[in-house]
Amino acid sequence: MGPRDLARPYVAAFVSRFLQMLQYRTAALAGFATQCWWGGIKVMVFAAFYSGSAIAGAASSMSLAQAITYTWLAQGLLVLMPWLGDPEVAQAARTGAVAYDRLRPVDAYALWFARTAGWIAARLLPRVALMAAFAAVALPLVGLGDWAWQLPANALAGAAFLLSVVLGLLLSTAMVMLLNVATTAALNERGIQAVATPVVIVFSGNLLPLALLPDAWQTALLVQPLAGLFDIPARLYFGQLSGWHALAALGLQCFWIVALVAFGRMAMGRTMRSLQVQGG
Amino acid sequence: MPHILVDNLRKTYRVSERDPGLRGALRGLLQRRHRTVEALSGVSFALERGELLGFIGPNGAGKSTAIKILSGILRPDGGRVEVDGRDPFADRERHVARIGVVFGQRTQLWWDLPVGDGFDLLRDIYRVDPQRYRRTRDELVALLHLEHVLDQPVRQLSLGQRMRAEIAAALLHEPDILFLDEPTIGLDAPSKLAVRDFVRRANRERGTTVLLTTHDMHDIEALAQRVIVIGHGRVLADSPVEALRAQVMAERRLVVDFAQDATLPAQVDGATVHSRDGQTLVLDFDPKQTPAPALIARIAGAHAVEDIRLEGLAIEAVIARFYAMHGAAEA
Repeated sequence: MGPRDLARPYVAAFVSRFLQMLQYRTAALAGFATQCWWGGIKVMVFAAFYSGSAIAGAASSMSLAQAITYTWLAQGLLVLMPWLGDPEVAQAARTGAVAYDRLRPVDAYALWFARTAGWIAARLLPRVALMAAFAAVALPLVGLGDWAWQLPANALAGAAFLLSVVLGLLLSTAMVMLLNVATTAALNERGIQAVATPVVIVFSGNLLPLALLPDAWQTALLVQPLAGLFDIPARLYFGQLSGWHALAALGLQCFWIVALVAFGRMAMGRTMRSLQVQGG
Repeated sequence: MPHILVDNLRKTYRVSERDPGLRGALRGLLQRRHRTVEALSGVSFALERGELLGFIGPNGAGKSTAIKILSGILRPDGGRVEVDGRDPFADRERHVARIGVVFGQRTQLWWDLPVGDGFDLLRDIYRVDPQRYRRTRDELVALLHLEHVLDQPVRQLSLGQRMRAEIAAALLHEPDILFLDEPTIGLDAPSKLAVRDFVRRANRERGTTVLLTTHDMHDIEALAQRVIVIGHGRVLADSPVEALRAQVMAERRLVVDFAQDATLPAQVDGATVHSRDGQTLVLDFDPKQTPAPALIARIAGAHAVEDIRLEGLAIEAVIARFYAMHGAAEA
């Protein structure tokens, strides 16, 4: 079996899920509208903070313009946040359709991984495009350039950012896979989701740049896996990490992808050995 | 070497329980209760290549569990299972490439995708050669009359259309073995006939080994040479359908319509009168003691008779009686 044939099932699963999710235009528009609204609020909060003197120290690590760009980036990349398992997997576990996934002559983890990656990518791309059109193009055109999404520090920073977002997508998929496996074991996704949401939104840097959190935590905040979802791509965007530091940051993302995939595979194997198929 | 070998297969489930109502719910918060249910307690049978076996039994008897173990979905708790020399759970990937499975109660096609797209996706997942795939698909589409549904999303199909599409989906990779778990559930008569006809052809013409579970005894009569009755996780019977009928029901029934002006006999030698209605007399007899031809000749010789019909007990009744004999009806 050649490499193309080997990859065929997984590519097909990714593409099919991707195309299927792209059909849901209303969901994409609604998500985009919500994200603009929240983005606007966060931008105004930042502006209020920066106009006071209370966080003069923080202002030195990030300017207001950067904080605003950071906010639009965070809103655009919001679906990278792994606080929700793939709803198809949750439904399959509840109804017992998971049995059919076990009937495919492919690596079961890789099949779900490809499908979940397609699910995330298909929601990510339209939202990023809409957010860029709104915050980077439309806002300056109507004279609100101060509130706009600005270009990356330089071309190299932009390229590093894009690579890092791709790694962030894989990292997010590996984390969603853990939620998928936990959902399959527990038959329900709500409890897991309730715990995951606040943890993810804070430690990924999506709520606030991690650089604004206490100095004593900085090393720990940077090496923990959630930083690879948004904080590392954003630091690359602003050129705060460059040269060897940039490579090390990308390497750290790769390390967490490998570690979480290994852990996810082990957890899935255990869950499947004691699988019960629901509904007769 | 049989195609499928099952030896002393066991599987238990843990079932959670709680008393009904508020008190039960509150107690359940503090103390979880579980009960172990034996779905299969020592099932053994063997199946030769090209055989068509029917699996019947009351709800909850363990039929579906057996199919899920044979197809590698569930891990058995004890005993040995070998399909074409493979251990279904340990060799899952290699195993499932050679089998096709249909669960009548679930769908393996993608709800929002048109049927044809779902087939194409399965082609890639099973890594089927594209040319070979086209040939197999066109053949299945023609045999199962799926021409008009290929571009419809699965969610908009009728149950009969969906089940035919499900069966096609299970055969796109040309498996040697077909497991069908209640493939005719909820179907109307023409769809049932179409499914049966197709399964029979797959078995006869391609030599596919078929194992099917069903509650519709007409499926068994139309298809299976051999039937296994399972109840409480055990094999209660493993025999040809006719032998099962004979075992349960020694008696046969003769329905005699007498001519308008004839007087009905009060007694008939060698038979007992079951009931009488107008000019019709219903007799039960034991064919071992009174052969049917002799009985018919005796009646027709002595009386003016318009019609005589010999009835076997309906297979439904045979099975119900068999379950009752073994105390196997669902608890």
